[in-house]
Amino acid sequence: MNRLLLLPIAAALVSCAATAPAPAGGRPKVGAADLDQVTAVLRRDFHERGQAKMSRVELDEVQRTCNLHGDNPPPEVAKRIEDAQLKTIRFPAGSLIGNWKAGEKLAQNGRGAMWSDKPGDGGGSCYNCHQISPQETSHGTLGPSLLGFGKKRGNGPDMQRYAYGKIYNAKAYNACSQMPRMGHSGTLDEQEIKDLVGLLLDPESPVNK
Amino acid sequence: MKRILACALLALAFTPAAAQEKSPFADYQRMTAEGSPVELFELGGEELWKKKQGPNSASLERCDLGQGPGVLKGAYAALPRYFKDVDRVMDLETRLLHCMTTLQGRSAAEAAKRVYGNADSPSEMEYLSAYIAAQSRGTKIAPGRSHPKELAAYELGRKLFFHRAGAWDFSCASCHGEDDKRIRMSELPVLSKPEFARPVMATWPAYRVSNSQFKTMQWRINDCYRQMRMPEPVFGSEATVAMNMFLTATAQGETYRGPGTKR
Repeated sequence: MNRLLLLPIAAALVSCAATAPAPAGGRPKVGAADLDQVTAVLRRDFHERGQAKMSRVELDEVQRTCNLHGDNPPPEVAKRIEDAQLKTIRFPAGSLIGNWKAGEKLAQNGRGAMWSDKPGDGGGSCYNCHQISPQETSHGTLGPSLLGFGKKRGNGPDMQRYAYGKIYNAKAYNACSQMPRMGHSGTLDEQEIKDLVGLLLDPESPVNK
Repeated sequence: MKRILACALLALAFTPAAAQEKSPFADYQRMTAEGSPVELFELGGEELWKKKQGPNSASLERCDLGQGPGVLKGAYAALPRYFKDVDRVMDLETRLLHCMTTLQGRSAAEAAKRVYGNADSPSEMEYLSAYIAAQSRGTKIAPGRSHPKELAAYELGRKLFFHRAGAWDFSCASCHGEDDKRIRMSELPVLSKPEFARPVMATWPAYRVSNSQFKTMQWRINDCYRQMRMPEPVFGSEATVAMNMFLTATAQGETYRGPGTKR
């Protein structure tokens, strides 16, 4: 290899690097003091608007723990959170399979809980992150595909309970899940969650066709 | 010129494949960029920059954006940065509000009253940001990275980016934290990584075709927090400038080529 050929390349690399060493930008390791600092900044620099009240900047146990552990808490800590979150879920009696057609509408609806939404208005934003019915090709990929959900898993009482609970409070099953707690946060009510369970589990739903 | 070319080629050679234009939407994005009305906003901004306004009947032409009073060339690409006269870090919009109060004698409340416009009536801030950002085309993005307050802003922005809170437990990284993800059909850049932050920060502020509006970087941050189900950040607040600093510093070294045109 000709050393002379490599020299200008090395020189160019050095001169480029000298102008702009971009920082790594990765997730910082944060402690309790960092969380307090950030929360204090949010309290000072944010204001309530519509239904988005300032109480939303205050961290609950789930948020605090997940922030402290970079969304990857030790198993015993995760277990403690999941147990506590499971207790927040109010399971209705009887069948949890609602109307899948109403569920499809809710899954499509990307509004809800924003300062620009009317309180109680909106849906589940499900297609933002998940593939659900095969007819809807405009779906996000942040969450797993739910295509064929009921066909693969069945739709008995245990599966109904799991689907209902997962939508109500995803953190009961995975402490630092990226999925919002749709029931626990007050975004969706009992009937709306049942309708979404219907979309996932009803054999007539396009999800299972 | 040769050096710039060599740097560009080298940078290209070291850009991971994920950041390359492999998107099926690249053609659409290229087509929308052609025939964009960005230039009209730049012209409107120039008019406002030179227009005498406020109790002092003064223009903004003596506004110091960090390169000296009235110097616009390359000023946007060097923001956010620390300003000694106010002892804080400011981004473009924050600094413009400062100049409106100090030079033009307007009250802070009046200057900030209508920072977000609409399709029928864009805001003064939107016009000005188009005009001023355009004067940095071809300049490398290089925000202030030496003053302790600049470093503190970067660190605060980084913490904010990964901080989960709000009704839906979201942080910025909930959506912008993993390679090759989408919301619906919108691809999500991992903004904490230089290779993703670079093309994004090189093209904000921007004209949005979907709603026929020109949008500032402050608006972009505000609208993300809206969708994160958080309360509203105060325009130009320390938190928003810190976020802007984190994103801009992550993109540093990229040649600014905005204002851009977005979906």
